[in-house]
Amino acid sequence: MKFPVPHQVSTAAIPGTEGWERMYPYHYQFVTDEPTRQQYERDGFWFYDGLHYPEPLYPFDTFWDEVCSLSLSQYNNRIFQMPPVRGIDRRIINGYVYLSPVAVTDPEEVKRRVPTFLDRAGHYYRNWDALEARWKTKIEATIAQLEAIQIRALPDLEDRRVVIEAVGESTGYHLLKSYDDVIDLGVRCWQYHFEFLNLGYAAYVSFVEFMQRVFPSIPLQHVTQMISGIDVIMYRPDAELKQLARRALELGVDRTICCSPEWSEVEPALREQPEGQVWLAALAEVRHPWFYISTGTGWYHHDRCWNDAMNVPLAGIQGYIGQLRNGLDIERPLAQLRAERDRITAEYRGLIDGAEDHRQFDALLACARTVFPYVENHLFYVEHWFHSVFWNKLREVAAVLKTHGVIHDVEDVWYLRRDEIKQALWDVVTAWAAGVPPRGGHTWPAEIEWRKGVMEKFRAWRPPAALGTPPEVINEPFTIMLWGITSRSLAAWARLSEAADPASVTSLEGCAGSPGVASGRARVCRTGDDIRLLQAGEILVAPTISPSWAPVFPRIGACVTDVGGVMSHAAIVCREYGVPAVVGTGHATRVIRTGAMLRVDGSSGAIEIGS
Amino acid sequence: MAPDTAPELCWFEQVGLHDVALVGGKCASLGELRRAGVRVPPGFAVTTRAHARFMSEAGVGDDVHRLLAGLRHDDLERLEAVSDAIRAMIESAAFCAETEDAIAEHYRRLSNRCRASAVSVAVRSSATAEDLAGASFAGQHDTYLGICGTADLVRHVRRCMASLFTARAISYRIRRGVSHRDVGISVGVQQLVAASAAGVMFTVNAADGDRSVIELDASLGLGESVVSGKVTPDHFVVNKVTLDILARTIARKPTSITVDRSTRRCVEAAVAVEHQAAPSLLDGEIVELCRIARAIERHYGCAMDIEWAIDRELPAGDRIFIVQARPETVWNGRRTAARAMDGGALEVIVQTLITGHKVLTR
Repeated sequence: MKFPVPHQVSTAAIPGTEGWERMYPYHYQFVTDEPTRQQYERDGFWFYDGLHYPEPLYPFDTFWDEVCSLSLSQYNNRIFQMPPVRGIDRRIINGYVYLSPVAVTDPEEVKRRVPTFLDRAGHYYRNWDALEARWKTKIEATIAQLEAIQIRALPDLEDRRVVIEAVGESTGYHLLKSYDDVIDLGVRCWQYHFEFLNLGYAAYVSFVEFMQRVFPSIPLQHVTQMISGIDVIMYRPDAELKQLARRALELGVDRTICCSPEWSEVEPALREQPEGQVWLAALAEVRHPWFYISTGTGWYHHDRCWNDAMNVPLAGIQGYIGQLRNGLDIERPLAQLRAERDRITAEYRGLIDGAEDHRQFDALLACARTVFPYVENHLFYVEHWFHSVFWNKLREVAAVLKTHGVIHDVEDVWYLRRDEIKQALWDVVTAWAAGVPPRGGHTWPAEIEWRKGVMEKFRAWRPPAALGTPPEVINEPFTIMLWGITSRSLAAWARLSEAADPASVTSLEGCAGSPGVASGRARVCRTGDDIRLLQAGEILVAPTISPSWAPVFPRIGACVTDVGGVMSHAAIVCREYGVPAVVGTGHATRVIRTGAMLRVDGSSGAIEIGS
Repeated sequence: MAPDTAPELCWFEQVGLHDVALVGGKCASLGELRRAGVRVPPGFAVTTRAHARFMSEAGVGDDVHRLLAGLRHDDLERLEAVSDAIRAMIESAAFCAETEDAIAEHYRRLSNRCRASAVSVAVRSSATAEDLAGASFAGQHDTYLGICGTADLVRHVRRCMASLFTARAISYRIRRGVSHRDVGISVGVQQLVAASAAGVMFTVNAADGDRSVIELDASLGLGESVVSGKVTPDHFVVNKVTLDILARTIARKPTSITVDRSTRRCVEAAVAVEHQAAPSLLDGEIVELCRIARAIERHYGCAMDIEWAIDRELPAGDRIFIVQARPETVWNGRRTAARAMDGGALEVIVQTLITGHKVLTR
């Protein structure tokens, strides 16, 4: 198995993008001018993080990768001191993020790290529920602080109040401060993101490993099924849509709601009826916070939340109304899931010999079930709710920059790094104070135009699945569980990337994500907009799956994703909805075309592609 | 059933696992399976009591034991000579009229049950020391397939009884210090399934002791070709909990042993080229077989070694037969290497993190 040397790829700039490196933090570059660092980079193994970044990163959006990097690695290495792994190093090539797990290679050092980990992680495992409750308070307070931040336009003349009350601070100062506060809250929110997550995965992985030692042939999926059917809030937004659909039928406003795909037409129509107003009041009650769920993964600024893209939940509600009218059951099959979970759990437990093994099975299973809700729930608080509010605060900042001519469009702001935005704000406030035009009005628009062109070229470029030297076995648990990267999947990726003609590929292999077999026509969906095209029984093929796509789940036959392991959100959500899924295929969206006949075996991970 | 009051012949359904002394392990197990509601081809046992009576009344018992006296387990030449002499003596002796009539009567009734004038049967030895968990004598005694008619049956019942004295069996008993007088043999007479496909199942992974799988070997025709290792069988691995087929290896099957439908005798024949590389089982059949294997394992409470056959000429639902089941001898009573780690959940988590995740990377 061979992958390209990172520096060969990083130095072969796409024509017209020379100098792209300035769009990202300098420490994200593969280097050629520092021999020790270059050697480390060459010896390391780097895999493309397509799970979080199906498209190249915008300069501003890179912020999340930085805060994620700090938080994940600090908990592993500086707070809990995971014995065998320090953190995950990162690089960017042509806008795509590559990750490299940093192992502790000296067995003696691994041993030395154990007591600290036992003490510290033990404290969290023992007090999990109480600490998780405290976490919820912290994260909700952080989100409330973010929501309270006001971004004010710069006035021609400050209010007289500033003088009378001797405030001593200008709107210019507050603009700078508010921007810093927004950024600071973003960093802090991500500090909390990993407080429980790595420990959660560790407990989960340990249960998986225990089962695989006892039952070497057990499908991974059976282990994950034993930890399914647990209530998590990630499914709450979808449940609210179902409730609103039922309410619409009760109130008799279902026809009004279904009168148009445009919320801008449906809402006024509802306002005209008394029952419509009752329904709108019910809607208003759940919009905060449940409609802060993103239509994407929340990692990109263009992943708008339902509150900002009301046509999306509207389509979901309309779909449920249609199904209810046809007498269909729209609930996810929770009772069956739990019954099957309990059956499988009891049967496997029955196949284990000995009281000691039973005790260990029980303890590890209980631990995995305790940590599981956090593994899903943090997504709603951080990537969805917080991020959605955060992007909009940045849009308010961008509006000020636009007013002062530094950018031409609010959505241009994402082409600036966060420190460049800060510089531009300084430019704007000092120019505003002095009563002169900001310099940025000349420099930034041209730079932004150039960067847009670069991003276009990045989008057309295919990042290699991996770079550098793969280890003999992949053994970092998160890499496997979350990204679905195993020695086997890497070998399959390497084979496929050598296949010259994607159309000649007739089968794909991935990670068995959710059990069951389904056949149907493929629908390749790259964004949240595409999923509205899904027809009943079609097979959803996507880079990865957003939780907010749940409303289409009752209609589709199966799911196929490019990236993800058995613990990826896509796999979890498919299991919870009883939809067969193969995840982590590496190339599905490239190889499969909309309309192709597929046979998806979510129990084995095999996909057959017909015409 | 106490041996002294027990019948010389009895139907499988009249016996269970506690009747090993009377009908031997194989027949006791078949009786047990029938009682557990498993589809087993009907048949009867010529019991150890019939064997004992035959040996004493036919006057061969004393001669046999005189020949065996002083024999050494590693004197192969003498072993063979003594074995040949004893078996010839037994095979040429006659049952008493009462025993022979009883065999004929049971055979007639079995034929009636199978709606045949003279049903084709399998005649197998069922030794009392055989097939017990921890002491696998499997394959030490004889099996005759496609036996038809009373005369032929009686002759093969005697041959089976004689198989208690193959050179290998004699040598084994001497080595283990088992008295030749203490062993009895029973003979099972069972309707022969005109198998379209047959083979064996293990309700445990023989290589690593994984109890979550059923391993299934299958080939075309009678299971003898699989058991004897004459052909490389198709191999399937099935998850016991969900009955998902986890792996399949299809072998080339150039020949098979089948029952000739007109002569009712067994014949070995070449498999048509286009069928040689085709799977010997349909997925539905695999799942059904494994469902039965799971039920048998539950009934016995331990990992099992099961022989089965499918006759596709029969109506759907009546096609699958279990022809033998015995406790698996390698893994039962032995702990798998499962719990390599000690301690509570936290200790296991730490050790899991440290030892790496080779298993996960499969």
